[in-house]
Amino acid sequence: MDNFMAARSQMALSLGFHIIFSCIGMVMPFFMAVSHFMYLKTNNINYQHVTKAWSKGVAIFFATGAVSGTVLSFELGLLWPTFMKHAGPIFGMPFSLEGTAFFIEAIALGFFLYGWGRFNKWFHWFTGVIVGVSGLASGILVVAANAWMNSPTGFKLVDGKYTDIDPIKAMFNPAWFSQALHMCVAAFAATGFAVAGVHALMILRKRNVGFHMRSFRIAAIFGVVAAILQPLSGDISAKMVAKRQPAKLAAMEAHFKTEPYSPLIIGGIPDVKNQKVDYAIEIPGMLSFMAHDDFKTPVKGLDQIPLADQPPVAVTHYAFQFMVGLGMAMMALGVIYLIALAKKKSWFTKQWFLTLFIAATPLGFIAVEAGWTVTEVGRQPWIIQGVMRTKDAVTPMPGIGYSFYLFTAVYFTLSIAVIFLLYRQIKMVPVLYDTTAESSAH
Amino acid sequence: MMIYVVMGFLWMALLLYLVMGGADFGAGIIEMFTSDANKSRTRKTMYNAIGPIWEANHMWLIIAIVILFVGFPVIYTTMSTYLHIPLTIMLMGIIARGTALTFRSYDAVTDNMQLVYNKIFVYSSFITPLFLGIIAGSAVSGRIDTEAADFLSAYIYSWFNLFSIAIGFFTVALCGFLAAIYLIGETTEESETKRFIRKARFMNIAAVVAGGLVFIASVEENIPLVQWVFGNIIGVLAVSFASISLIVMWYLISKGKRYIIRVLAGFQMTMILLTTTYKHYPNIVILKNGGYLSLIENRGADKAIEGLGIALLVGSLFILPALGYLVYSFQRKDKGDVVGH
Repeated sequence: MDNFMAARSQMALSLGFHIIFSCIGMVMPFFMAVSHFMYLKTNNINYQHVTKAWSKGVAIFFATGAVSGTVLSFELGLLWPTFMKHAGPIFGMPFSLEGTAFFIEAIALGFFLYGWGRFNKWFHWFTGVIVGVSGLASGILVVAANAWMNSPTGFKLVDGKYTDIDPIKAMFNPAWFSQALHMCVAAFAATGFAVAGVHALMILRKRNVGFHMRSFRIAAIFGVVAAILQPLSGDISAKMVAKRQPAKLAAMEAHFKTEPYSPLIIGGIPDVKNQKVDYAIEIPGMLSFMAHDDFKTPVKGLDQIPLADQPPVAVTHYAFQFMVGLGMAMMALGVIYLIALAKKKSWFTKQWFLTLFIAATPLGFIAVEAGWTVTEVGRQPWIIQGVMRTKDAVTPMPGIGYSFYLFTAVYFTLSIAVIFLLYRQIKMVPVLYDTTAESSAH
Repeated sequence: MMIYVVMGFLWMALLLYLVMGGADFGAGIIEMFTSDANKSRTRKTMYNAIGPIWEANHMWLIIAIVILFVGFPVIYTTMSTYLHIPLTIMLMGIIARGTALTFRSYDAVTDNMQLVYNKIFVYSSFITPLFLGIIAGSAVSGRIDTEAADFLSAYIYSWFNLFSIAIGFFTVALCGFLAAIYLIGETTEESETKRFIRKARFMNIAAVVAGGLVFIASVEENIPLVQWVFGNIIGVLAVSFASISLIVMWYLISKGKRYIIRVLAGFQMTMILLTTTYKHYPNIVILKNGGYLSLIENRGADKAIEGLGIALLVGSLFILPALGYLVYSFQRKDKGDVVGH
């Protein structure tokens, strides 16, 4: 395997793996905090069972997320030393703060997991909230660092030297807000749907229905609200990309030709050679409107971008279409859920309703992976947009292919292990958590 | 000025990682050297002791690495380029250990899988500090060759040498020693207390032997370690204090003291880190061509150091009290349902 491709693959694998665990690790504490709150308020022991069961899941995901995050902080240097040599001091501010947030999260998790019956109950509850809040802060900070790679600011490049470094300005780069917002909402949507889907399956199988219904409803409402809000943050992100990274936007849309009333291209197969898209649905003027709030203003197409500066069009386009399509599906399911909540309570136990949620279990995470593919592949050939090319940043050490195979094997094994552990957690619910066996009463 | 704050935090993060992370790794090393008959008992004591705090123990490594890549990018990238292989092995150890520890405590079913988790946990508890030590040793061994033309000299001999490997084993022994001393205070039965005292003695001897090997290797490899340690008053004093505190510590153990000995063990680690870093400060990487990478000369832009220093100062206002309260809260293990299931 080519060294450069191996390094990119290893980075993609490590990020793709870490993202799932960090999303769950930062969102599930909020689910826990809600059920924990319900328990403290109502004294209904069933909510305590839900909280405890979830906390085991959080511990497993947090530990896996923490080690894969530790690995990433080294991999930046192991794989991209030239990048880190220059970028470290510039975009390091969010990482410095993230270190604190992550530390606080680990401490709060220690209090929360081992604190049952040890502390004032509201202090104990509060430590759970801190786990969520500091996890969310970590997520925002790390995404802000990534946003800097898309919209580098806070330095000047003079004769190949990086001067006038301003880490605060780099942290609050133009893309930080849109990216962080989009990612946080995505994390809530993806985790909400994934957790709800698992509990929906158990409801459908008539296992501990009361326990799983409580869990389902808490997780689902987070996912539903996030999924419905997500298009708004997507729109903010798209406008930012249009302004800062026209090549990325053009690749996302497979938009080859610069012209007034630029069309929005839905689906289709990009034909890079002939600069066209086959079998696509085109909505004239829509892309112009989305990028510039005006149907006429042309959107820069790939024809105006030198070939050497273009990202891989097909991958970026497909990933983007996937993300949007899945997002729309989740939003539709979200609307159905809200109808059920407001008017049709009976739907909650209907087979078709639960089946839809079961089918939606992985959708959010596929969308998250697709979205990161858009961000990262769409930025190529740059590692720092317009400043440093990815191929110039890679490590001089040969044989990264072997390292990639090793990491693939390890992460594959870990994924299997985590699924296996979750399966066993769920299987043991009647024994460990829902001992009151109220399932028969429903 | 801020550069000194940042360097102070780097040193503190390394020390706390050595002491807290070290005791944590050591728990696995102790398990490795425990007979099957006593394993499950040891595991329980160990888990109750480190369970609530183990995640936090490993955050010091993250803090140290962030300080390096934000504040001293050239040092970070030189090390990650030329020590790529030991770093990767260490990362594998970190992944394996962190997940195995969590899996074995949170697996809802207790069956033969526990044996798998235990094996992985024990081996990775040994390998990770071994390679951490190798990396630390390599940084000052003068074997990192930034002008190397071939693969072996650039990426293998940079760390694969007697000195670095001896430091690796020395680190492992220190971790085991720290864990044993810590666990003495966590025991509830006398037979167990005695067992951990025996472990502490064994690890202490191992550390002395490994330390001796480090000196022999340094002579063999022409590394002026003797001069670094004994060539200045700070080094001589630190070694003397460490030795005296070791004697005091063993006396106190014989008197049945359980907690004060932890402070003394921590003090010994502080002295060891002081002697090994004082003489060549501010150089933390010594290169084959006689050059070095200095924390002063190779620091990042002023504003980056300033931002980093402020972030660390503000962060420590949150972290240190919270961490202190966490450690304090779980000193007493007699109430609450400890593992939760």
